[in-house]
Amino acid sequence: MNKRVLAGYTVLLLIACALPFVVSEYRTFQFTLVLIYSIALLGLNILTGFNGQISLGHGAFYAIGAYCAAILMDKAGIPYWATIPAAGAVCLVAGFLFGLPALRLEGLYLALATFALGVSLPQLLKYHHLEEWTGGVQGIVITKPDAPEFLTGLGVALNQDQWLYFFTLAVTIVMFLLAWNLLRGRIGRAMMAIRDNHVAAEAMGVDNSMVKSLTFGVSAMFTGIAGALGAIAVQFVAPDSFNIFLSITFLIGIVIGGLSSISGALYGALFIQFVPNIADEISKAAPWAIFGLFLLGFIYLMPMGVAGAIRMGLARLTRKVHNKQAEKP
Amino acid sequence: MLRVQNVGVRFGGIIALDDVTFDVPTGKIVGLIGPNGAGKTTLFNCLSRLYECGSGDILFNGESLLRIPRHRVAAVGIGRTFQNLALFRTMTVLDNVMVGSHSRTGTGFFLNALRLPVVGREEQMTHEKAMLLIRFLDLESVAQARVADLPFGQQKRVELARALASEPKLLLLDEPASGLNHEEVGTLGKVIREIRDRLKLTVLLVEHHMSLVMSISDRVVALNFGRKIAEGTPAEVQQHPELIQAYLGGGA
Ligand SMILES: Nc1ncnc2c1ncn2[C@@H]1O[C@H](COP(=O)(O)OP(=O)(O)O)[C@@H](O)[C@H]1O
Ligand SMILES: [Mg+2]
Repeated sequence: MNKRVLAGYTVLLLIACALPFVVSEYRTFQFTLVLIYSIALLGLNILTGFNGQISLGHGAFYAIGAYCAAILMDKAGIPYWATIPAAGAVCLVAGFLFGLPALRLEGLYLALATFALGVSLPQLLKYHHLEEWTGGVQGIVITKPDAPEFLTGLGVALNQDQWLYFFTLAVTIVMFLLAWNLLRGRIGRAMMAIRDNHVAAEAMGVDNSMVKSLTFGVSAMFTGIAGALGAIAVQFVAPDSFNIFLSITFLIGIVIGGLSSISGALYGALFIQFVPNIADEISKAAPWAIFGLFLLGFIYLMPMGVAGAIRMGLARLTRKVHNKQAEKP
Repeated sequence: MLRVQNVGVRFGGIIALDDVTFDVPTGKIVGLIGPNGAGKTTLFNCLSRLYECGSGDILFNGESLLRIPRHRVAAVGIGRTFQNLALFRTMTVLDNVMVGSHSRTGTGFFLNALRLPVVGREEQMTHEKAMLLIRFLDLESVAQARVADLPFGQQKRVELARALASEPKLLLLDEPASGLNHEEVGTLGKVIREIRDRLKLTVLLVEHHMSLVMSISDRVVALNFGRKIAEGTPAEVQQHPELIQAYLGGGA
């Protein structure tokens, strides 16, 4: 990583840290959701963008993560922060197990199988034998965590929204680092090789079945961790928050943000968090029509997603700078 | 090194390979020739376990290949290129070649996600080896280019570099000269010889380009309609009446 890139990330981090002190509490909450969605989208992008496996049901893993966090806090009294790794572990296993039979399916068939998962899970959560745990249709209400006492001791006074924002920011940074590490090395190359040509990948020694099902697990883990954070942020889980529309929204997010791009997850998250609100403000009568227009506009203007457009813009800029420097005597 | 023993393959009614037997001795270049549809690619696909042999056996250094799964073939020491290019098209030349080292490296999901020091060392070695091959095959100027954006001849060399990155003992080349211009074919012959001599490999080469096969092969095996029709030194095989007939059609 060169110095300029490092400087870029430092500025980004500073802005991210300043944000909750300059915007309202409600906006802070919204940005917390953006971070959460970016983790979920990163998970889906690892699977679909980098490994070429389509999922139309990732909302299910988000829901499993959310319920893990809610049940552990509500029934077992486990502290909120400890539910994050627990939800990740549960979803890792769930994703891996779902990924095994899904190995036989490709393309649209895999899309249908994951769709089946996405539509059925909310109804399973209402199942009355599970009601004791899941709270049935009513769902589970959880309390928002306060900033830890040591911070107050240090003289840093954060309200609940600000604290949750920073907590989520820390988890987000960790998850993005893990993804970046995974994708830039041997395993990431194997994932992309399978996506580009699975026959050749296997001939190079890649154990396709293993890599694909583990990728499914890792992807579900990311989305599940996002779900757990989402439950804590919203302080509530109920089956109907996790309908199939959520899964489709995630897919929209990774395409708009940029397939097989890590930073694309963040752009996609900004889109799925704010564009519906903007559409709603423009027209109360037909917000979805406005949303549709936005969607078409983005696809038309940025066919490689926001990340792709930014990459091309930067490339053009550096070329210009180079040319200018070359002109100088 | 390699022993193909009474191998037979059929696709429905088509007999693609019929009781084919031959040896590939260590350190030699063996040419596999025959008209289109003779079964050459099918044989390669049996060697890399893409197709199941209906009958017969394939022994590699005395061990049956038919018992190992597809993704282990590279690890036992068999590398290959494909007749109709099978590159990772959206990835860079460097990444393609680095995937070639997959079977020679071992870090998994967990170590990679945490990027422990062992991963960094492994990456560095993989990278150095890939760059060496990229330089050897004169691809340095396009190392960071997307494979899909390259001309055909360069793509073929990327496939060769990728196959070599797996450090094979036996290299299978399926029509490496097809689609290349005259000059490129000349260079290719030299490159294949150099690979064999410098890296101490054994090569099984499928090729239609007769002057290339005959000039670099130590032995030649000829197939037609799935059957072996001739085997011997290039000079011997060239004289074989059945081969002349197969290539020139009935009247010759
Ligand atoms: N996957 C397949 N399914 C059906 N038939 C096949 C398949 N692969 C090869 N064949 C048939 O096997 C025969 C040998 O083909 P191939 O090995 O590609 O020949 P060559 O490489 O010598 O030109 C041909 O008749 C071809 O149509
Ligand atoms: Mg062929």
